[in-house]
Amino acid sequence: MQKKMWRRGLLLFALLCLAACHHGMEPVAFHDDGYPAKLSDWHVVEARDGVLQLNEGVVPYELNTPLFTDYAHKLRTIWMPKGVSAKYSPTDTFDFPVGTIISKTFFYPIPKNGARNATDVARTYDTSRDFIAPGQGLNLAEAHLIETRLLIRRKDGWLAIPYVWNAGQTDAMLARTGDVQALTLVSDSGERENFNYVVPDQSQCASCHARDWTTRTIQPIGPKARHLNRDYRYADGDENELAHLIRVGYLAGAPSPADAPRNANWMDTHASLDARARAYLDINCGHCHNPKGAANTTGLTLDIATPEDRHIGICKPPTAAGQGTGDHLFDIVPGHPDDSILPYRLSSTETGTMMPELGRSTMHREGVALIKAWIAAQSGDCMVLH
Amino acid sequence: MRKIYLLIAALPLLAACNHQENAAQNPSDASFESKLQQQLLDAKPGSVIDIPAGHYSLKRGLSLRTSGVTIRGAGMDKTVLSFKGQIVGPEGLLVNADDFTVENLAIEDTMGDALKINQGKNITIHGVRIEWTGGPKSTNGAYGLYPVKTQNVLIEDSVVIGASDAGIYVGQSNTIVVRRNRAEQNVAGIEIENSVNADVYDNITTKNTGGILVFNMPNLSQAGRATRVFHNKVFANNTGNFAKKGAAVASVPAGSGVVVNSNDKVEIFDNDIADNQTANVIISSYFSTNYYNTRGVAADYNPYPKGIYVYGNRFKGGGDSPDGLKLKTLKTAMYGINGSFPDVVWDGYADTKHQPDGLPPPNDRICIQDANGVLNVDGPHDYKSPSTDTKPFQCTLPKLPPVALNPEPKV
Repeated sequence: MQKKMWRRGLLLFALLCLAACHHGMEPVAFHDDGYPAKLSDWHVVEARDGVLQLNEGVVPYELNTPLFTDYAHKLRTIWMPKGVSAKYSPTDTFDFPVGTIISKTFFYPIPKNGARNATDVARTYDTSRDFIAPGQGLNLAEAHLIETRLLIRRKDGWLAIPYVWNAGQTDAMLARTGDVQALTLVSDSGERENFNYVVPDQSQCASCHARDWTTRTIQPIGPKARHLNRDYRYADGDENELAHLIRVGYLAGAPSPADAPRNANWMDTHASLDARARAYLDINCGHCHNPKGAANTTGLTLDIATPEDRHIGICKPPTAAGQGTGDHLFDIVPGHPDDSILPYRLSSTETGTMMPELGRSTMHREGVALIKAWIAAQSGDCMVLH
Repeated sequence: MRKIYLLIAALPLLAACNHQENAAQNPSDASFESKLQQQLLDAKPGSVIDIPAGHYSLKRGLSLRTSGVTIRGAGMDKTVLSFKGQIVGPEGLLVNADDFTVENLAIEDTMGDALKINQGKNITIHGVRIEWTGGPKSTNGAYGLYPVKTQNVLIEDSVVIGASDAGIYVGQSNTIVVRRNRAEQNVAGIEIENSVNADVYDNITTKNTGGILVFNMPNLSQAGRATRVFHNKVFANNTGNFAKKGAAVASVPAGSGVVVNSNDKVEIFDNDIADNQTANVIISSYFSTNYYNTRGVAADYNPYPKGIYVYGNRFKGGGDSPDGLKLKTLKTAMYGINGSFPDVVWDGYADTKHQPDGLPPPNDRICIQDANGVLNVDGPHDYKSPSTDTKPFQCTLPKLPPVALNPEPKV
């Protein structure tokens, strides 16, 4: 009862200061050199008054199908200096101007039926408790902040900087060497799962963000047309994210959303199994498994442009899987998910076997189920020649 | 009013958010680990990261993305980076950089690959020991020293023990020298795969499943050719295959000395090859791996070994106890219980479309000299009509030029 009351009070307070809050923040500070010690030095998102506030001009967004990170929820934002905008691309990451700051805050809702403690976090797809109000900041009474990663577009290219939230949840501190936190996922039904939440070190950021391992330049992954072509619940109502970015001046040269590519939402049961699985593989695997990425040594490509044949793994013998084959002969055996390497590696949490190699310590049950269903629905076989 | 609510909201947060490290780690190891991570992050071209003698326990995979860096220990038995109980991978050390040198240290017990260099030129690995200390196990990491998509690569004076795939593996690379190394108790001791211009010499490979492998796999960025394997000691590679099925090396029978699979222009000479119980030399095609299927393999893939030249080796023993029921049965049927396969075994898959006179064009032939015999096991017909006729192999091939590293490594 008491809890409810203060929650309500907090909400009321939050609503009251909605309009005023970010005016209390200093303007976003773009640092064109060095590594500021605190996240708050950037004034992009800040923990103030029980809310993770978004500063003025900091635009939140979501992806049609997001990367799985141990069931963490994510708040993604873009900020740009006045007078510049990103250039649209139908296929690649938008070409962002110098001065752009992209942030991604990883957090978990507090488990519903337990007292808040240092390590219990909710495993849930329910995001209804995350925000104080649509399009506004995160409700810190209901959320446990883990880390905020910044992607900074400086003159000489993108830079990734990890920040880890402090114990008091008041600010996040520079963590170039990353972090490991022992947490417990608690499902809505009370099921518990211990795991190590791993904040990548700065070099590991590039493991995923260096889309081309020859040039080694890093890029944001999410801000592509096909991921952003969806609605977002902004403070002033629902709007397509591409349309919104155009309207606020952050994006130029984009067609109308109807003419832009769009990945499926992997959880959307109205979308085809194929579209959902391909969207899932695209965002979870495609940053390495593309023709120029880290995994182009394997001959297995899993980005959205890959034709649905051996390139995506159908009957393809593995190249460098090592113990990751799990005694299976091919990446995908049509109709036989349990004989296929792909779901085997997605199901594993063992380093050396699991895929993706970085960024998760737990199995994504629902994601694995989707990929298995997709393979089960495929036809034909892998007849071995002698 | 506002303040009170804030205070109430903040209290549980303060008490609650005391993060703890999961895996217990010695504080000195933890501070070493973060210091080394920091050094790798801060490295500039020309940086030398010196790691003093000591046994360091690391829980997280390391990575380096700056070119021109040297990582140097005090000796392969003095500076030991142990990844036993590693909780974050994927490798021990991952490098995506040019002009990289690593020397005089050991990496032990990584969960995945030990030292992977993915895309880079001018790579030198000198005096490095990679070891899985629990002996050969299929749960060991796959690759020991693992440059892939690299150019101008030197691996020398190093030791690799216990890899569940290949100990020293050079893949999809060009201009390679692998010399004076010792590889033992791996599935593959040394493997050159889809690589062009490799010299493999003065190495010792023993107690692996297969000693030295020269392979071409399908669906990759380049086909391999031009590897010279010479002046190595390749003996008693009889460890049971402990790779997981599906891996290319899982198809290698225990007791294999030097194996060529689907690769072209391979010269094997002046080696001491002894006591490898399936055969001292095996020449085979991708068909024999049992992974070849038309849906999963690129149509332009060439599964036939072409231009293979074996001469001037010193063979001893071997072939007396081949791995697998079919080969065992064949050996007993042809040579008796106490007999042995000859020095060289060929799986018998030939590119018959390109054999106008019943033999491959001169430069595509398999030429074998100075061996006590060649057995064609007739793989295409399930070992029905094996042949010991050496006439098809009586030929010579133009010799390959030595590999010249350019620039030459500074070590």
